[in-house]
Amino acid sequence: MTEKLKGSKILIESLKKENVDHIFGYPGGTVLEIYDELYDAEIKHYLVRHEQAAAHAADGYARSSGKVGVCLATSGPGATNLVTGIATAYMDSTPMVAITGNVSTWLIGKDSFQEADITGITMPITKHNFLVKDVNDLAVTVKKAFHIARSGRPGPVLIDIPKDVTANKAPFIYPDEVDIPSYRPTIKGSIKQIKSAIDLIHKAERPVILAGGGIVAANASEELRQFVELSQLPVASTLMALGAYPYNGPLSLKMPGMHGTAFANHAIHEADLLISIGMRFDDRITGKLSTFAPKAKIIHIDIDPAEIGKCMPTLVPIVGDARVVLKDMIHYLIENPLEPKKAWLAEIDALKAKFPLQYKRSDEFINPQFAVETIAKMTAGQAIMCTDVGTHQMWSAQYLDHQNPRQFISSGGLGTMGFGFPAAMGVQVANPDKLVIDITGDGSIQMNIQELSTVANYNLPVKVIILNNRYLGMVRQWQELFYNNRYSSVDLEGKQPDFVKVAQAYDVMGLRASTPAELPGVLEKAFAHNGPVFVDVVVNREENVFPMVPAGGVLNKMIGEKGGLEL
Amino acid sequence: MRHIISVIVDNKPGELVRIAGLFSRRGFNIDSLAVGETENSAFSRITLVVTGDDQVIEQISKQLYKLIDTYKVVDLTPLNHIDREMLLVKVSVTPTTRSEVIEIANVFRAKIIDVGDKSLVTEITGDSDKIEGFISLLRRFGIMEMVRTGTVGIARG
Repeated sequence: MTEKLKGSKILIESLKKENVDHIFGYPGGTVLEIYDELYDAEIKHYLVRHEQAAAHAADGYARSSGKVGVCLATSGPGATNLVTGIATAYMDSTPMVAITGNVSTWLIGKDSFQEADITGITMPITKHNFLVKDVNDLAVTVKKAFHIARSGRPGPVLIDIPKDVTANKAPFIYPDEVDIPSYRPTIKGSIKQIKSAIDLIHKAERPVILAGGGIVAANASEELRQFVELSQLPVASTLMALGAYPYNGPLSLKMPGMHGTAFANHAIHEADLLISIGMRFDDRITGKLSTFAPKAKIIHIDIDPAEIGKCMPTLVPIVGDARVVLKDMIHYLIENPLEPKKAWLAEIDALKAKFPLQYKRSDEFINPQFAVETIAKMTAGQAIMCTDVGTHQMWSAQYLDHQNPRQFISSGGLGTMGFGFPAAMGVQVANPDKLVIDITGDGSIQMNIQELSTVANYNLPVKVIILNNRYLGMVRQWQELFYNNRYSSVDLEGKQPDFVKVAQAYDVMGLRASTPAELPGVLEKAFAHNGPVFVDVVVNREENVFPMVPAGGVLNKMIGEKGGLEL
Repeated sequence: MRHIISVIVDNKPGELVRIAGLFSRRGFNIDSLAVGETENSAFSRITLVVTGDDQVIEQISKQLYKLIDTYKVVDLTPLNHIDREMLLVKVSVTPTTRSEVIEIANVFRAKIIDVGDKSLVTEITGDSDKIEGFISLLRRFGIMEMVRTGTVGIARG
């Protein structure tokens, strides 16, 4: 007879079976059994200073490695503090398993101390969630959770475990495989549809590839590159896909959308065919749907059938894994080679020459774009870049040199301020030998600044670069452009901590750069340091992100089309 | 257009919440909803009546199917199908109107299931149009209370 183990032991053994090496979490009353088990487990636990950071760290870990990220929190406030992190992972389709304790089964529903209905709360922001009421169901639930999190369109899965379930005993039987009959994602695309797609590509005169995060999730970057090489079609990468295709490659249109390049937006507006792969026509890409790509037919490849037709009418829907579908498309493209669309490519080159990304140079003050460009030059595509949310995020998207997938880690869908720093911790844990940089703003960094304690604790050598404009810059920009310069609750000047001193208080290196001349030296010192660093980069206060398609606008009507210089 | 969507899910707690929650957060409206076990007690059938154009109905079906515990989503509307709902209605009557109400009930093949001094309760099943017709005829007598189930439907053949 199989030996009976405690629920907490079953959980840890199950995580080991799923090859989990690292967990980010925070202890509490209902997870005491689990923490007791973690005390001498082989799995390394990272103690964060706020549960939200545990979720973002697990998210960053997953995005940068492709493995499932795991976070752990206690019941009630511990669980609800994970919510923003889970929602962030859900919107960007990150494979994550969030484990929460709950009050014992007999206390559920009695408004017990630190009780929260976390499965109810997270229903709309998880791919699926489970409340395990019987220790005999625990192992198979963990198996299902990991299977659901990483297969199909990845996403966060929450497992809520009442305290008595972690203390009760059951035989540990871990299934090798799990089959959920109501959940069988389609992996291979319909060959008939793929052939019609190839046929449309042949007939099109002005096709554009729209590459999305699904390419990164499917590890299809190589296939995308082959497909572009063979077809010689221009490719625009969404925020979630930056690096899937070399950002500065000859066929790259860089990023489209609200703060995308003018040439990407004009190309999409003029296109007669969009080949959309693993992207979901987010409003930050499309502006007003009815005027988005008005001349284009749409081929939409996505593993999630619900994405097809959700926003845009689709002529050729292909449901499948981006990698598998691209391989088939490459096969048919080799069989039936494409004539290069020379006239279209010439038009695109002209657009690129006419509308480059650019900004005003200065010797006096540091422009944030200059800071990002300097970081890009110094790291040569080798570092993993994380960002928070706001103007610094858009400049990072625009001016970094995205050479490879899983090297730009940013909250796209939910736009979560406070994501970058804890995400960078997760990235660093998954990539101990890589240079990990978090480009952030003075607003965002203060949303999870307590994690200075975590990076100091584990000597996680994350380099946090704060583009400090003493404003909530993105909101200020909208107030400038659309609310008559009425800067309502965005000015942080004079109310801000000294970030250098804050870092030092945690025994973390703090540096500051205030002029363009000193910036490279300061960054060099930061990158060379074997430990975490906060770099306070004092930047020009009222710099705007351009180009900009106003919310709900048309892609070919941009403010500051030439990078803002003509304004 | 009105559609009847039949959804087969795992018969376990929480499934109805997942489906109802999906409708509210995606901004779809439910006109009616009926839930019950299927021939196999491991599964429940949730029958939803929803209104929307083809694009909306397609999105609703896909989002329902995307839920991990959903086995099957069928839009019965384009199929040859039968749909029914049931109504219990308490009508105010006087000695002079009682027979008239009973007569209307007979025409509609409704059953009289309770008779009181000043009221009677009738039960009727049928499609929505029939139920609506019945209600509108009873209105002038005074409807004291009514209870209506959601629509259930099944494909023919």
